[in-house]
Amino acid sequence: MNLKRILAVPEDEVTPERLYLSRREFMRGAGVVAGAAAVSAVSTSFGQEAGAAVDELLGLGTTDEAPNTFEAITTYNNFYEFGYDKADPSRNSGDFMPSPWSVTIDGLADNTGEIALEDLVARFEVEKRIYRMRCVEAWSMVIPWNGFMLKDLIAMAAPQPEARYVAFTSVLRPEQMIGQRRNLLPFPYVEGLRLDEAMNPLVILATGLYDKPLYNANGAPIRLVVPWKYGFKGIKSIVRISFVAEEPPTTWNIMAPHEYGFYANVNPDVDHPRWSQGSERRIGEFRRRDTLPFNGYGDLVADLYAGMDLVRNY
Amino acid sequence: MSSETTGTTGAARGGGAATGRTAAASGSGAGVSTSSATAAADTRRLVAKRNRRLSHLALWLLSLVPAGLLVFDGFTMRLGINPIETITNRTGWWAMSMLAVTLAITPLRRVFGWHGLVRYRRQLGLATFIYASLHLATYAFLDLGLDLSHLGEDIIKRPFITVGFVAWLLLLALAITSTNGWIRRLGKRWALLHKAVYVIAGLALLHFFWSQKADRARPLQFLAVFAVLLGVRVVYSWLKRRRAAAQG
Repeated sequence: MNLKRILAVPEDEVTPERLYLSRREFMRGAGVVAGAAAVSAVSTSFGQEAGAAVDELLGLGTTDEAPNTFEAITTYNNFYEFGYDKADPSRNSGDFMPSPWSVTIDGLADNTGEIALEDLVARFEVEKRIYRMRCVEAWSMVIPWNGFMLKDLIAMAAPQPEARYVAFTSVLRPEQMIGQRRNLLPFPYVEGLRLDEAMNPLVILATGLYDKPLYNANGAPIRLVVPWKYGFKGIKSIVRISFVAEEPPTTWNIMAPHEYGFYANVNPDVDHPRWSQGSERRIGEFRRRDTLPFNGYGDLVADLYAGMDLVRNY
Repeated sequence: MSSETTGTTGAARGGGAATGRTAAASGSGAGVSTSSATAAADTRRLVAKRNRRLSHLALWLLSLVPAGLLVFDGFTMRLGINPIETITNRTGWWAMSMLAVTLAITPLRRVFGWHGLVRYRRQLGLATFIYASLHLATYAFLDLGLDLSHLGEDIIKRPFITVGFVAWLLLLALAITSTNGWIRRLGKRWALLHKAVYVIAGLALLHFFWSQKADRARPLQFLAVFAVLLGVRVVYSWLKRRRAAAQG
């Protein structure tokens, strides 16, 4: 079936702004969620702040740690499409046009096609997830994302039995991205997840943070967030999601295979060849913290790797 | 530490030039008797000495401007989102730059004949050592919080930190032996020991290259600068050998 047909939502119910609304506001909107293919069993409406609601949130890996400031999150980025410096993405991304945008879903799935972003996002529940983000460079942040679960998109696409991996591709727009003109990495940036990893409810496609649309520097208009893996797995400005049978190539693994593996799970016991991964600096803090296995999300994801040698599969 | 001349011929020549300038400036009221001439010469020497001291002081102040700016930026919250990273990067960059300036003295003498500059070389070398020490201290005290086991492990296990640390140890050795006393005591071996500055430059470059994930531009800039500075030395010594061969 063509995705366009699945996604046939009456025009008046879909406005681009709805993408970015928090779920509470989202629910107030006219029946947008009605007809969504998969509704999450666990409600993580971010309007709930205290008590049992918080415990429930923590159950999905949402943290009660203090988020980093909006300024820190939007001006300290690794996004080589806009330059090497952490400040480059916020400085150099002014010409980037995140709208209009469409995402192509293809490969080994029943429902494939190219979809306008607003049509795609309208299908899903955009919720708030406060996640730790651990960069492979040994710094970390806490980021309040707005996004929907990748597993819902996967359910909609209906992958075929042979599909074992999900591959993601970033946008290639050298005319709007100075780092691509300078070939700072082999572009377009590509990433991937094993299908069962991608189905984990922690994994979201983020369209906003701090209840605002994603800034260009953070990977507007849609990016991947996998909180138990190093930040470079969180591919930004996604234009293609493909269901494939073989492990897909990933950009940093192509750049330096001994330094960046396909799995890239946060692991304090497996050092990067050039620096320790045992501790990290939380941006805004003076003292280092110990890095936690799976970035502290082990309870929710360690089963994915049962029996695997995580030293070899770094 | 002493701010006197390094005792090399270049320094002596440079000092002579300075004295000459002073003499010209104060030469209008020259006395007639020998005793007053001697007194005038003494005055000139004192003035020259004072000027030399002032020039060293000025160079120190100039060398410490980047460190002062760092402190200023720190107090005015201009060190960015990750201040420790900013301090680490900036002190490292200035250590490399001071090393480049130090290594530029000899080429400048060879090409332009500015032999007086050699008087400032020790001071520039010490400034290099100061920035390298600030860089290391930022890493050990601010970044690692003086977690000594972590520091030791990094130095042993991480090649880019190993080479950086060895470079700093060599700088330390050169800084300690930079005094007139050590120059006298070591004699010819002193010059040989201080050839280690080339090893330091190589290690520092390697340290910079290996510390980068993908960005080769900044270490390449220093590689280019060091290559030019070394190239001038090589060409000069080749010309000198050829001249000597032609004469002999």
